[in-house]
Amino acid sequence: MKYIFRASVLAFVGYVAGIWLTVTIRGGSPTDEVAVIFGFILGLIGWLSGIGGLEAFGRQWMGKKPKTSPEKGWTRYFEFSIDHKVIGIQYGVTFITVLLIGGIGAMLMRIELASAGQGILDLDDFNKVVSMHGILMVAVAVAGILGAFGNYIIPIQVGASDMAFPRLNALAFWLVPPVAIALLGAPFLGAFNAGWTSYAPLSVTNESGQILFNLAIITFGLSSILGGINVLVTIITMRAPGMTWGRLPIFSWACFAASLLSFCVTQFFAASLILVTMDRVAGTSFFGPDVGTGLLFEHIFWFYSHPAVYIMVLPGFGVILELVPTFARKPLFAYKAAVVGMLSIVGLSVVVWAHHMFTSGMADFLHGPFMILTEAISVPTGLVFLSMIGTLWMGRLWFRTPLLLAFGWLFNFLIGGITGIFLADVATDIHLHDTYYVVAHFHYTIVGGSIFGLLAALFYWFPKFTGRMYNERLGQIFAVWVTVMFNFTFIPLFWVGINGMNRRIGDYPEAFQGANRFASISALILGASFLLLIGNLLYSAIKGPKAGPNPWNSRTLEWQVSSPPPQHNFTSQPRIVGHPYDYGVEGSLYAVFDEAGAGESAELEGSPA
Amino acid sequence: MTTDIVPDAVAEDSHGGHGEYHQDTAFQPRANRIGLWMFIFSECFLFAAFLAARFYSTGTYRPEGLNQALALTLTMVLLVSSISAYLAEVSIKYNHRRNFKLFTIVTILLGFVFLAGVAVELTEAIQHYPPETPYGTSYFMLIGLHAFHVFSGIVALFIVLFLGFRGHFGSSDYWGAEGVVKYWHFVDLAWVIIYPTLYLF
Repeated sequence: MKYIFRASVLAFVGYVAGIWLTVTIRGGSPTDEVAVIFGFILGLIGWLSGIGGLEAFGRQWMGKKPKTSPEKGWTRYFEFSIDHKVIGIQYGVTFITVLLIGGIGAMLMRIELASAGQGILDLDDFNKVVSMHGILMVAVAVAGILGAFGNYIIPIQVGASDMAFPRLNALAFWLVPPVAIALLGAPFLGAFNAGWTSYAPLSVTNESGQILFNLAIITFGLSSILGGINVLVTIITMRAPGMTWGRLPIFSWACFAASLLSFCVTQFFAASLILVTMDRVAGTSFFGPDVGTGLLFEHIFWFYSHPAVYIMVLPGFGVILELVPTFARKPLFAYKAAVVGMLSIVGLSVVVWAHHMFTSGMADFLHGPFMILTEAISVPTGLVFLSMIGTLWMGRLWFRTPLLLAFGWLFNFLIGGITGIFLADVATDIHLHDTYYVVAHFHYTIVGGSIFGLLAALFYWFPKFTGRMYNERLGQIFAVWVTVMFNFTFIPLFWVGINGMNRRIGDYPEAFQGANRFASISALILGASFLLLIGNLLYSAIKGPKAGPNPWNSRTLEWQVSSPPPQHNFTSQPRIVGHPYDYGVEGSLYAVFDEAGAGESAELEGSPA
Repeated sequence: MTTDIVPDAVAEDSHGGHGEYHQDTAFQPRANRIGLWMFIFSECFLFAAFLAARFYSTGTYRPEGLNQALALTLTMVLLVSSISAYLAEVSIKYNHRRNFKLFTIVTILLGFVFLAGVAVELTEAIQHYPPETPYGTSYFMLIGLHAFHVFSGIVALFIVLFLGFRGHFGSSDYWGAEGVVKYWHFVDLAWVIIYPTLYLF
């Protein structure tokens, strides 16, 4: 805890120093945007130094041996721990907290929208709540699975003792709390009301909360890029002997694909926000009245943000494909097709961004190609569905909570995919653009594809994280509850959207009131389901029955070690001799543990074995 | 490039007792190289975004009154600094510590010359095409971004130089120097693209 304290103090000192220096040198008020920027940068440096950056990096730069925090005890969860399992839990807890905060925003919006006219929020506050809900949830979807499960599971799944760059991994996590603080602190500077997309020129002219948004997202982008590189290098260089690319577990493949995207495109979000920031504080005029055009912002922004939805759902694909063979007790159908599908999604997703701009005044000749490329993405996505349904087909299904959530995923993401075709199609998009149809479609894909994957992963790997089993009955009730209520919430929104209800406006014509009220009530019930989830998991983490190392009889490596795994994951070196998903195949072996190599491996890790 | 040489001393050191860092950077040159290349690749996209913004908002327009002579000189300075950075890396690879320090110092000095030139450039630019103008917008953005990278490269070179004086690095373990020099080459390469974008088109 001492490090958290030191980090907070240094962050505060840095923030104040940055503001003081700016005000002294440049003049102006301490809430000027320039002052806030320098305050944030120095505060960030202070935070990272205080939390352990000084010991982990600074000492090495000074020519001494780097130090990191101890590897035992519960306080390591609040320190600069380089253990990927600790970092995974840190990410998981952080992002579930953020998910709940974002959920409160959603509840506020639905309460406001329960009746036409003005309710608890005025129109500008509504925009601010929309923006806050949007960016928090996008952050959860982008980094929730990758951060929590990617960090925890991937090194074990590929048979490594840790990530390739453990210190960088810790750094990437500790960049996240300042992001959350900056976003949640934005209301003190007037909040941001330009949506999570923060389109220019509105984002150039709105209140100063926007500058905190920009700084936070640029920092978060850095964290994503570092995390993505770490996952890629881990999978490339640290696979266990015998683990060829064709034997890599599908969840690792999915995270590989998502990280490939994330480290190639995340900087475009940062770039678009840097341009906005420069326009706000440095007098440039990318989006100003003489030169600029908002279309430039949209191009750069969507060049990240369309691939970003694949960064969100690809790990979801991975989770579902990972657990379906386990619960169907069958080999994963069309493993190679699923991998090819996911990699094709990576390739295609960077050439479809302009389908967000069919009504923005972009050159007409671009409409056709972007429509066709967008619709082409359904082909590789179909391969993933093929793999999943082929595995379920004639399987001996074991209806546990993860599988129920996987069915919820299947249903929701299918609806999300099919409704997307009408948005990719230029003619229908011109009618549907900026209506609640888009909202409903987006939530079906992202909640359906990413958050349901996150929930399924949470239940699937919960015994591995904690060594204890969650309450199965409550888990199943939750799975059905969340799936049904999610659909009750968003199906009416398709209807009001097709009939022309605008999104991002806290008011609507009387005619839509019935459907909206139904959606609002469903949304509140949906929100309540998360209390059951949190209660179940918290209680089970402490009091649940012991789960044992492999409660699901899974074949992948993370289930072959104790729950939770030992300090450096393996006490002896695993060697891969077969395919990970050959459930029910006579005499098939996946991994053997080299007893001969045990001594060597233990010595290598410096662990007491 | 050898990838498997780990001096016993380093391996022993890095697997010390409780709470010590158990996976030293020197331990995994292959992962480090791949990671660095990925980081550089990632940075390329960042520059690409700003270059795209320049062409998108102003096409290939450039105003009269650009200081071509200064820009060309600065390009030369930066290219020469790349050579000296390379020589520093090769020196430490062959354990020529003196040359390593010498060439690192030369690189840092050339970096400072470049930054000074950029400062002159910017003070001139602010009169002829201030940031509010179409060209000035892209100009200040690209030059500023690149100068920031040069500055961070100089800081990194300083750390490497400091460690060199402290007796770190050697023919078997020069990853720190190698990584910084590769980054420096990348910064040069970025200028090789930015220079024609702003001055020659």
